[in-house]
Amino acid sequence: MSWAWRVARALLGSQYALMLEYRAEIALWALSGVLPLIMLGVWSGSGAGAAAGLSPQQLSHYFLAAFVVRQFTVVWLIHVFEEDALQGRLSPFLLQPLAPLWRYLAAHLSEQATRVPFVLLMLGVVGLAAPGVLWWPSPGELVLGLLAILAAFLLRFLLQILFTTLCFWSERAAALDRLLLIPYLFLSGLVAPLDTFPPAVRRLALATPFPWMVDFPARLLAGEPVNVALGFGAIIAWCLLLWPIAHVLWRAGLRRYSAMGA
Amino acid sequence: MERPLIRDIRCYWRSLRCFWGTSLAAELEYPLNAAIEFVSVLGNLAGSLFVLQLLFAGGPSLGGWSWSGALVVLGLYTLLDGLTTCVLQPNLSRIVSHVQTGTLDYVLLKPIDSQFWLSARTVSPWGLPAIAAGLGLIGWALAQGGPEAAAGLRSPGAVLLPLALLLAALVILYSLWFVLAALSIWFVKVWNATEVLRYTLVAGRYPVSAYPPALRLLFTFVLPVAFLTTVPAEALLGRGSALWAIGSLLVAALCLAGSRLLWRFAQRSYTSASS
Repeated sequence: MSWAWRVARALLGSQYALMLEYRAEIALWALSGVLPLIMLGVWSGSGAGAAAGLSPQQLSHYFLAAFVVRQFTVVWLIHVFEEDALQGRLSPFLLQPLAPLWRYLAAHLSEQATRVPFVLLMLGVVGLAAPGVLWWPSPGELVLGLLAILAAFLLRFLLQILFTTLCFWSERAAALDRLLLIPYLFLSGLVAPLDTFPPAVRRLALATPFPWMVDFPARLLAGEPVNVALGFGAIIAWCLLLWPIAHVLWRAGLRRYSAMGA
Repeated sequence: MERPLIRDIRCYWRSLRCFWGTSLAAELEYPLNAAIEFVSVLGNLAGSLFVLQLLFAGGPSLGGWSWSGALVVLGLYTLLDGLTTCVLQPNLSRIVSHVQTGTLDYVLLKPIDSQFWLSARTVSPWGLPAIAAGLGLIGWALAQGGPEAAAGLRSPGAVLLPLALLLAALVILYSLWFVLAALSIWFVKVWNATEVLRYTLVAGRYPVSAYPPALRLLFTFVLPVAFLTTVPAEALLGRGSALWAIGSLLVAALCLAGSRLLWRFAQRSYTSASS
């Protein structure tokens, strides 16, 4: 246990220092997550929100919360991993007595920590541009919302591990991420609240893992009525389903891996 | 004796054919990418149409645009996105690595204009599905909207205006990309600045009048998204105003001249890697 604690501290500390070096780049990545804010602009200009029974305030809370959720659930594992596998950097990682994925997980968590000031800055700009649009969730909602963001991030990370293992078979597996991004974009609630979906599409979306990645944490933060137990239960269930598949694929992939240039 | 200008054009045309021939051959080594790109374009288009339909649930118009008008805007966005994937993204996202590794030295030494080389060295066929989808969507929307929808295309002369505005949109898009990529001469670590641009240009999927006034100003004067899709779409629908058309051409000329000036200035500041 103390070993795990030491490793976690060392990994997180070093990765956080590394990410701080790249803060300008991370600021740009944070800026590239403006999609929910753009969608808030379009939705508040159309009458569609009102038609679905959403007040302007509910809409703005929802999209601002979705913006925050999106900022802290970004996963870029497949792109780094593809490069590491192609350039042979993965080989020394495999020699260490620690599964390489922990290193990537620490990198993601550190990157999120580096993002915090930039996200606060962007929220501040939004608050200045549209006074009264920001709000402070109640302590309970805040804690549950942050937990839900973390759970959503872990689910997304696990889902991307599935696709990342394909890097062992193909040199350009990162292109597959584009395919994964499409259902995530349109079914997760990032560009439209799930309440505005036609009932059939809504049922279909809820049967996929995607709404739990954005819609569920965003609604918690926005103070909308939401079934907390069902949300966390669904995330855990999806994780339990994906974990063994990811494990098997990872083992099979490692057996195939022969280090570039070897 | 050939005139110098004609000789130059020939030389550049020959170079371009050679560049694009080799890069196409290299890209076609990955046939799986074609399938992925095809599925991704179809998926994105279906998703965009779905969201647009949700936005129209509140009433018959979005920011004063009818359903078929909004489809034209979406079609133009898809078309420009495809062109970005074909030409802009593969070339301009590489400037940064040239600066980082110092290979920009070799580019500058070549007996060819360096901005041309950097902007046209490779081409990727993977934007073609999006280009086809965009053109198809525009055509379908114009046909669906009835004869008055395609009012911009009634006379051969009137076809020129949308084409000119589309060209202006392309020039603006190119200049934005090039300027952001060229900034890497000073700030080496902006390799993802072009990604930011790509994500903010998503705003062009919807007519600019659908946004609140503050964002409308932003999308017209700061980040000229309005000139990319909304203005050409208005011309296609026969609603183009002279003011917007002239403004669009002016912005395009300014952007192109700006990118050229910036590049000349950047070259003077370039000190190569490790020096």
